[in-house]
Amino acid sequence: MKKKNNAPKSEKRKKTRKNHEMGMVTYLFTGLFALLIGYLVYFDGVLREDVINNPYNSRQETFAEQVIRGKILSNDGTVLAETLVGEDGEEIRSYPFGDMFAHAVGYASHGRTGVEALGNFSLLTSNAFLPERITKEIKEEKNLGDNLITTLDVDLQRAAYAALGSQRGAIVAIEPSTGKILCMVSKPDFDPNQIGEKWETWNGLDSADSVLYNRVTQGLYAPGSVFKVVTLLDDLRENPQAEDTTFHCSGSLTQGNYTISCYRRSAHGTQSLQKAFAHSCNTAFAQIGLELDPTAFGQTCKSLLFGVDLPVDLPYSRSSFALTGQASEDEKMMTAIGQGQTMVSPMHMALITASIANKGVLMEPYLIDHIESYTGDQVRAYRPKAYGSLMTDVEAGKLTEYMRQVVESGTAKTLNNLPVTVAGKTGSAEYSSDKTKSHAWFIGFSMEEEKDLAVCVLVEGAGSGGEYAVPIARRLFEVYYS
Amino acid sequence: MTNLIVELSKYGLTILGALYTLLCFSILKKNEAGQEQGFGLQNLILFFLHFLAYAVLFLQTENEDLLVFYVAQVLMVTFVQVLFQTVYPKCNRLVMNNMCFLLSVGFIMLTRLSYDRAVKQFQIAVVSLLVCFFVPILIRKLKFLSRIPWVYGGVGLMLLLAVMVFGENSNGAKLALSLGERFSIQPSEFVKILFALFTAARLAKSTAFKDVVVTSLFAAVHVLILVFSRDLGGALIFFMMYLIVLYVASKQPLYLFGGLGAGCGASYVAYQLFSHVRVRVLAWSDPFSYIDKEGYQITQSLFAIGTGGWFGMGLLQGTPNKIPYVEQDFIFSAVAEELGGIFAICLILVCLSSFLMFVNIAMQLREPFYRLASLGLGTLYGFQVFLTVGGGIKCIPSTGVTLPLVSYGGSSLLASLLSFSIIQGMYLLREDEETKSEKEKQRSKKRKTKKDPEES
Repeated sequence: MKKKNNAPKSEKRKKTRKNHEMGMVTYLFTGLFALLIGYLVYFDGVLREDVINNPYNSRQETFAEQVIRGKILSNDGTVLAETLVGEDGEEIRSYPFGDMFAHAVGYASHGRTGVEALGNFSLLTSNAFLPERITKEIKEEKNLGDNLITTLDVDLQRAAYAALGSQRGAIVAIEPSTGKILCMVSKPDFDPNQIGEKWETWNGLDSADSVLYNRVTQGLYAPGSVFKVVTLLDDLRENPQAEDTTFHCSGSLTQGNYTISCYRRSAHGTQSLQKAFAHSCNTAFAQIGLELDPTAFGQTCKSLLFGVDLPVDLPYSRSSFALTGQASEDEKMMTAIGQGQTMVSPMHMALITASIANKGVLMEPYLIDHIESYTGDQVRAYRPKAYGSLMTDVEAGKLTEYMRQVVESGTAKTLNNLPVTVAGKTGSAEYSSDKTKSHAWFIGFSMEEEKDLAVCVLVEGAGSGGEYAVPIARRLFEVYYS
Repeated sequence: MTNLIVELSKYGLTILGALYTLLCFSILKKNEAGQEQGFGLQNLILFFLHFLAYAVLFLQTENEDLLVFYVAQVLMVTFVQVLFQTVYPKCNRLVMNNMCFLLSVGFIMLTRLSYDRAVKQFQIAVVSLLVCFFVPILIRKLKFLSRIPWVYGGVGLMLLLAVMVFGENSNGAKLALSLGERFSIQPSEFVKILFALFTAARLAKSTAFKDVVVTSLFAAVHVLILVFSRDLGGALIFFMMYLIVLYVASKQPLYLFGGLGAGCGASYVAYQLFSHVRVRVLAWSDPFSYIDKEGYQITQSLFAIGTGGWFGMGLLQGTPNKIPYVEQDFIFSAVAEELGGIFAICLILVCLSSFLMFVNIAMQLREPFYRLASLGLGTLYGFQVFLTVGGGIKCIPSTGVTLPLVSYGGSSLLASLLSFSIIQGMYLLREDEETKSEKEKQRSKKRKTKKDPEES
């Protein structure tokens, strides 16, 4: 180096020219090293929080040695989970509502679920006043972790929890314009206060009976007639004349040696597409199914996030749509009415419903509204984020009009005299060879500008959607708009 | 109180690391006196950094052995610096300082991870440094070094074959030869040096197409043996070094691009053929889906780096031992976890500074063999750093190679120190070359004309 500085300029230049290749090597490696640094900066700046929040990261336990886990609060500040410290310094995680918020709030020992998992990092991070933190560190005392203010609404959650009663099922309510998850109930459930004592028993149950399993996001069910929303959308997309079609229903449709029947074999007679949808006429929709192009149908389903990742942070099961170009006629008919191979989670149906309510735009669902230090200073707020358009504004408007008819004159008439105008779709999905058993479904939303609400109700093996799911939805709308 | 010191030490270590790194680059612009001062300052910074780290380690463990160990390290570094500068006053100070910096960071992390291993590493370092002290003299005296390519190639190949046949199978790869109960060596670390010398000696002599074909075939055999021993990282390093040296020696970009293309093709074939290659790629592309098995190591590494954040958890505050093979292949992640992301970036930059210095030394040399040998050794170093750091942060698939001078491992340490001192020795030759050429110039000047405005 030293010599180089003393060397005459012309020679220096000659040297560099002679070393053109070495210069290239220098650039190449400097580039490689810059890539490493760039990636590390990206990792520490952007990817970091998601990575360390992973439930498998046992390093989070080291945070727990220095910080008392923060509280989880509802949208009005009611405590849903808090850590109580005894005289002897022993910490107990307490869930004042017991079973009611089990799946939404989750638990924090024996693994982590729900908000306890999503916000673990923040709960174990203290953003208290810095001098206070340092003082406590010097005194070797624990700092107080940040509190999470969730989007959960206690009244709505309580209503959903009570309405489902002792039945198995899943209820979720979302604010379509923001994606806020207002309530989330899955049954059978558990009391997170007892996670320690009962862990062995609960963890041993298989998924059909598991109390730990969040049916809202992880449960996959045949959609039954709520899927007609999807079939209808595809029909509107594929056929410009779809709305002018009239259908003749004699209670069943036989194609080859397969027969599709309407609910209780009632004949709907001659009807428009809108009436067929309002009365959930299987015969008419089976007929539509026969005429749809399976590939285009698949595309529509994909645009509604079947078979792809959902923008959901909690563990979830992917919905499936299996119709292919080679599908037989009965498969086509079955699929069009939501039977067949199609499987969907209640959360997914809620997202489709919310996007219809929000002019086709799906807002990413979220549970954590903002984070505060224990003294109430805001640390960070989550902003509503659009995932994208699942359908056009016009299509969403059309579906709304049709779903409105379901309430006005169709299978969900009992939702009529509510303080708000509601649109929706019922479903009764057969799930076994026993045709008398069906899951009761309802998806729907209020047509309010300011305080909108989209719900999805699923009651396992209860019977028809109109009889068993609609009353629960009604209860939710009543409570939310009272 | 200890808590407070640990807390504050994080920032202290980050600042000291950043200052040291800054000097690595800013120093080059200064004049001779400024450089002298800068190198001294670097030593001072390193002393404080090392002191602070061991103070924190001692306060938390209260292990009195650490005090002795600390003093021993300070003595070692001082001794090495003084001795080299006395005997080789013209040695490259930046390379010396970086060597000491990397060794010190290695000792700090190893002491934290496993005291016994740190002590073992220290013993090997002392012996290695003694050996390395003579390397520059040997390079100056042994004039035949450039004339024995087949000795390097032959010995190297034999060692690699021996590992492939007799090697111990550890972690899926055959890397080590066991010599007795307690002792085993990783010959591929030394074969790296032999291979660089082989390549340099062959290509310095001729880059005629025929010779290039013969040399390349011989190089390919090296790489293939490594692939069959499942030492993927080693194979990649050898391959890249060969391509780079071939490119510089032949000035033929076609060789580089052709070689890279062939390398991509070969990687694809390897991916299809070998399940262990697929596992590595899978563990890289989607580690969180295979978190229990294939992705375990890399996710643990990411948890470590992420938990550390910009300033780290502080020494002994994290849990880097959860990463399998942390002392060897994932030491960088341990540094990032406890000393922090900024310090880790500084570490990358110090490695880059060493690499740039190596290439710079190669540029200044005239004798083709020494030029190419320095470049080759430098490239081996640079690419190995890229592989291990990139693998640890999941920028590229992990290949399981060490971070030279920082990672635990006797063979790696000795081989890295040898590389550093061989390059140092060649740098010293440059001084010889310059005196020689100066004399020649003066002679020719006398013969020709006395009017030359450029010369003074």
